[in-house]
Amino acid sequence: MSKRKPYIRKLETNWWLKTGFYTRYMLREGSCIFITLYSLILTWGIFNLSQGESSFNMWLDTLQNPFFIILHLIVLIFALYHSITWFALAPKAIALWVKGTRIEDSVIIATHYAAFAIVTVLCLLIITL
Amino acid sequence: MNKKTIVIDILRYRPEMDEKPFTQSFEVPYIEDTSILEALQYIKDHLDSTISFRWSCRMAICGSCGLMIDNIPKLGCKAFLRDYYPNKISLEPLANFPIERDLVVVMDDFMQKLESVKPYLIPGDNACMSSGEYQQTPLQMEKYKQFSMCINCGLCYAACPQYGLDNNFIGPAALALLARYDRDSRDAGSAQRMKILNQEEGVWGCTFVGYCSTVCPKKVDPAAAIQLLKVESSKDYLIGLFKPD
Repeated sequence: MSKRKPYIRKLETNWWLKTGFYTRYMLREGSCIFITLYSLILTWGIFNLSQGESSFNMWLDTLQNPFFIILHLIVLIFALYHSITWFALAPKAIALWVKGTRIEDSVIIATHYAAFAIVTVLCLLIITL
Repeated sequence: MNKKTIVIDILRYRPEMDEKPFTQSFEVPYIEDTSILEALQYIKDHLDSTISFRWSCRMAICGSCGLMIDNIPKLGCKAFLRDYYPNKISLEPLANFPIERDLVVVMDDFMQKLESVKPYLIPGDNACMSSGEYQQTPLQMEKYKQFSMCINCGLCYAACPQYGLDNNFIGPAALALLARYDRDSRDAGSAQRMKILNQEEGVWGCTFVGYCSTVCPKKVDPAAAIQLLKVESSKDYLIGLFKPD
């Protein structure tokens, strides 16, 4: 008779706290919660815009509240963290070959940052002009 | 003369007598160039002959001696006591696999997954013996070579929380192996393998944790293989929308 009795270990619910790598991954994925919050605030603003000038100004005033300023700072930190970690991973999903050699990871990452900078400047121009 | 020693905690499990695993401590002589595998061999030869672990080549080629060292999947032959001294070292069987005995895990599921991706050259419809051998340029080989370096050690499965949560996921090594054949210029089996990778348990089970690539002892980068396959799977989906088979 076989004495085999494989022991199965369950993945504990706090698995993502056991290694820094997993924790950083969960922070990257968890950043979506804060980015969703931010998009809801923006949607709320667009709704107020449709209700007229006074309504929109009231929304702007509400955002001056320290709670919203702190929330925006947290969202900004998470959005930057997500972008930086995502850009760092980008070369894994892109295999570009030019004249027999694969484009270096650093070039792909730099291109992402360049695109990020250009889009940021364009957005700033649209908002300020 | 006082000889230096180091303590190694080993998670033990003897199926014929234990209900669940327990930790046993051993004190082994500390020598700078002793690998974890050699320390295990010292324990088996001098301290407790009942301890079980897998090993073969001692030089990171066979992929047998994978285990969790301080909770990180590593090859026992490629990690050294000096990397941990004077701290205690904890050894456990590879995570996410059932424990067969002590540091030996059941790898049947892993082996089946490797087989499931059709890991062989599938010739095209027009291939015939009379046309002779396949020709391949160094550049064509370069496109898949990295993914062909896998030694099937299973470290990437121990590093993958998605596999740990749901072992229906095909997993990093098998998908890297799939990519290895898909990217081979001599192969014409992409359409057959597309059905495998398009599934939820295929590439889409991966959430890009990326730890598989960090722990890989041969720099195969399975996370990259999977992301490249996701691109292929997405292209296949889009093409299918306009040109159904």
